[in-house]
Amino acid sequence: MTDWPILSTVTFLPLVGVFFILLIRGEEKQVAANSRHLALWTSVVTFALSLVLVADFDTTTAEFQFVEFVPWLPEHNIAYHLGVDGISIFFLILTTFLIPICILASWEAIGTRVREFMIAFLVMETLIVGVFCSLDFVMFYIFFEGQLIPMFLIIGIWGGARRVYSAFKFFLYTLVGSVLFLLAILFMYLDAGTTDIPTLLVHEFAPAVQTWLWLALFASFAVKLPMWPFHTWLPDAHVEAPTAGSVILAGILLKMGGYGFLRFSLPMLPDASEFFVPFVYSLSVVAIIYTSLVALMQQDMKKLIAYSSVAHMGIVTIGIFTFTGQGIEGGIIQMLSHGIVSAALFLCVGVVYDRTHTREIADYGGLVHRMPIYAFVLMVFTLAAIGLPGTSGFVGEFMVLVGAFQSNTWVASLALTGVILGAAYMLWLYRRVIFGELTKENLKSITDLNWREVGIFAPLVSLALVLGLYPEPFLDVLHVSVENLIAQTRGAADLPVADVPERVPVPTLAALN
Amino acid sequence: MQTFVEPDYLPALPELFLAGASVTLLMAGVFIGDRSTRLMTWLACVAMAIAFVMVLALPDERTTTFFGLFVVDGFAAFMKCLVLVGAAVTLIVGIGYVKREGMNRFEFPVLIVFATLGMLLMISANDLIALYVGLELQSLSLYIVAAFRRDSLRSTEAGLKYFVLGAISSGLLLYGCSMVYGFTGTTQFEGIAEALVTTVPGNVAAETGVLIGLVFIAAALAFKVSAVPFHMWTPDVYEGAPTPVTAFFAAAPKVAAMALLLRVFLGPFHELAGQWDQIVIFVSVASMGLGAFAAIGQKNIKRLMAYSSIGHVGYALVGLAAGTPEGIRGVIVYMAIYMVMTLGGFACILAMRQRGQMVEEISDLSGLSKTNPALALALAIFMFSMAGIPPLAGFFGKLYVFLAAVDEGLYGLAIFGVLASVVGAYYYIRIVKVMYFDQPTEGFDRPVGLELSAVLAGTGIITLFFFAYPGPILAGAEAAAAALVP
Repeated sequence: MTDWPILSTVTFLPLVGVFFILLIRGEEKQVAANSRHLALWTSVVTFALSLVLVADFDTTTAEFQFVEFVPWLPEHNIAYHLGVDGISIFFLILTTFLIPICILASWEAIGTRVREFMIAFLVMETLIVGVFCSLDFVMFYIFFEGQLIPMFLIIGIWGGARRVYSAFKFFLYTLVGSVLFLLAILFMYLDAGTTDIPTLLVHEFAPAVQTWLWLALFASFAVKLPMWPFHTWLPDAHVEAPTAGSVILAGILLKMGGYGFLRFSLPMLPDASEFFVPFVYSLSVVAIIYTSLVALMQQDMKKLIAYSSVAHMGIVTIGIFTFTGQGIEGGIIQMLSHGIVSAALFLCVGVVYDRTHTREIADYGGLVHRMPIYAFVLMVFTLAAIGLPGTSGFVGEFMVLVGAFQSNTWVASLALTGVILGAAYMLWLYRRVIFGELTKENLKSITDLNWREVGIFAPLVSLALVLGLYPEPFLDVLHVSVENLIAQTRGAADLPVADVPERVPVPTLAALN
Repeated sequence: MQTFVEPDYLPALPELFLAGASVTLLMAGVFIGDRSTRLMTWLACVAMAIAFVMVLALPDERTTTFFGLFVVDGFAAFMKCLVLVGAAVTLIVGIGYVKREGMNRFEFPVLIVFATLGMLLMISANDLIALYVGLELQSLSLYIVAAFRRDSLRSTEAGLKYFVLGAISSGLLLYGCSMVYGFTGTTQFEGIAEALVTTVPGNVAAETGVLIGLVFIAAALAFKVSAVPFHMWTPDVYEGAPTPVTAFFAAAPKVAAMALLLRVFLGPFHELAGQWDQIVIFVSVASMGLGAFAAIGQKNIKRLMAYSSIGHVGYALVGLAAGTPEGIRGVIVYMAIYMVMTLGGFACILAMRQRGQMVEEISDLSGLSKTNPALALALAIFMFSMAGIPPLAGFFGKLYVFLAAVDEGLYGLAIFGVLASVVGAYYYIRIVKVMYFDQPTEGFDRPVGLELSAVLAGTGIITLFFFAYPGPILAGAEAAAAALVP
């Protein structure tokens, strides 16, 4: 490894792009075009750099890698401390991967204030990447909550008809959770004398305190994830946000809740996590069944996908709180898969929305006649969302359910009904939009995907399939870190480490046949 | 016969200089007349800058002079610097307004210098009499500047209200001081502190009497920092007073009054911490709550800033409620950041002119992001910062006071505080919404003026990039807190 601070580079490179976008002068059209290109190239270079991380990543250790450490507020033991491990690196790559796609997807959809939009997105990228590689609680919080500002503007300026209401709801909901999280951080700091995350990971908090800290952290992560019943901001925000905004929300922002549970709640507060397992299970099961039923009834495509996100996140929380290797790895894979699939589904909605300016399911039908490529792309992602073997959705769901069966059969069975309901609403959506006769007047001249759009979907389709067919390389990277996480959680919670069952090899298509 | 002992003038050098400067400015103004206003304003700023340098040049260790009436320490130096910067910056942002809006009188800068002098004396007061004299010098000057546009009904009303209520609070203060003097036998802070340890305990009458005195003094000081329940004058005076004057009210005098509050509670009345703690917690909770909820319905941006400042005082007092050196550091950091944000916010308000007329409605800001992106960006930064969103400076202010509160086990106060900040965030982001989400109206007159732009850029950059280099303010505040609470 060289001494080059690669994590800082990846984190702050988008801000360099922002700086250059700010320098652009000229006519409005020219400015818009230049900012698009600049933003795209900045994010592509950032993505390429983040791939260097993967190439240099050492999968044999659970230690944080690429660590950077600079004292920031030395009298408080608060430092600029960056690093990634097998868990966070995936979210980091997912972020740098999705941002160029978001920018491409907004190429024509965003026609007003293009420069500001691109700036907001690049700032978002810096903040999100910062969240996933911060190893200091105060820094984490700053990146975590700083996102409210650009996201508020993205929803509010470029959103749909009820954008103001949605933007406020998003902002205030998230803020309520976050401020309690902040108090928990302050408490942890005073208890342990540092905000350094690796130190706090091995710090033991008194069991009585853990419960309160856990609840404060839960307030933030449950809103962000979102878990039922804290999810009501999500359908509003998703529906009103511009396509790229929905993509980033569903693809990455939601994952920060799951990441928070994995990084903080479990290893730092193991007793409380153990104590709250029934609580989390209950909420997750309700989320899976209830939001799936709600999704069945939606008239609006984006809303349907938004509710399905809540259901999928329910599966993630079940996986995380099984404390088993399969469950947690499954939860992470499920998050990655959802990051790709739901992002792609929102992009699919965006494609037809750009052409017809409606998201009502009833306004579509028979698109297969005019848009065969689109029908294929949507099919792949519909099946991936359902969890068909061979797609990314399957691997995650399957592993979570394997983990859940070991811990609680009832929870696993109830979660399975969610999978069935998921198939129902997704297939029904697909049938209503794609199949049938093409009767609507305005659809008769609709055009299929253009090259830009194919370019957007191609990497997403291939990733969804690769992750589904051959997840082993991904799991390899995860494995050591997850084992370490489980050891930390179990070890501290006085559970015998031997309880961890042997890892079942993950079935691939080949194994199934 | 006692001989006169010459006091040591050196520690009071900035005050003496400023007193001389203000009298000189006054004389010069009388001879030259109103056309000298601009010159006077700049000269006043220069005088404050020189005083600033003097404050910095004086040694940091605690020295008293004028027979113990006057004290200089690290705390006083830091707060004086804040006050001088705040006063000078408000003078600068007001230049354009003063010229346009019929306030072009040379007395204005001179009165501001007098008020600033009063504030410096307040901060350095080490005796109840010195405290009162400093406070009154400040208040009387402020009453006049509040009513400075004497042809404007609103301005005179604001001045009158401020005067009447201010006079009541001064009365309360004097009454409290006399109670304390009566039961401790001294007006000197050290003497009071000593009496509270030696003679007062065990004497029920004295204990009660000093307590009542403390309550009256606390009420008067709460009035000066406009904390609930003594906040009623704030919205009316903020709205009615000419905008540069409002900016001045919101910045320097608040800092000075807060400094005084800290010194009085932690100095002479330190023994009674258990008593005043309850008062501070109540006032803090009430201010945060009222500041959060009452501002929601406001349409006038100056009124909104008034309620916002009430809320901010509540947050700052959270640090005092903790009472630890960390808490005091939190208060000082909070006030410093608050002052920067407030000055920036008022600089934005001073730029709100349409066709030569000042406008003050929030709805006038509609679509500002399109008509004047730079101004909108600056105001958005200040609003997000006041809401306490990281990485802006306002977040760090809240971080330090809540850190101290959690450290002292004041969990209820901390939880109430952060939740109130969420409610407060609603009205701050509403302004962002008006500027960024709404359709533009006609926009504001341009250019906004060189001084305003400079102040906007300066305060905006400090607010935005505080996180990158917080060292100087944090270290200064830490030293100041250490000087106050050893």
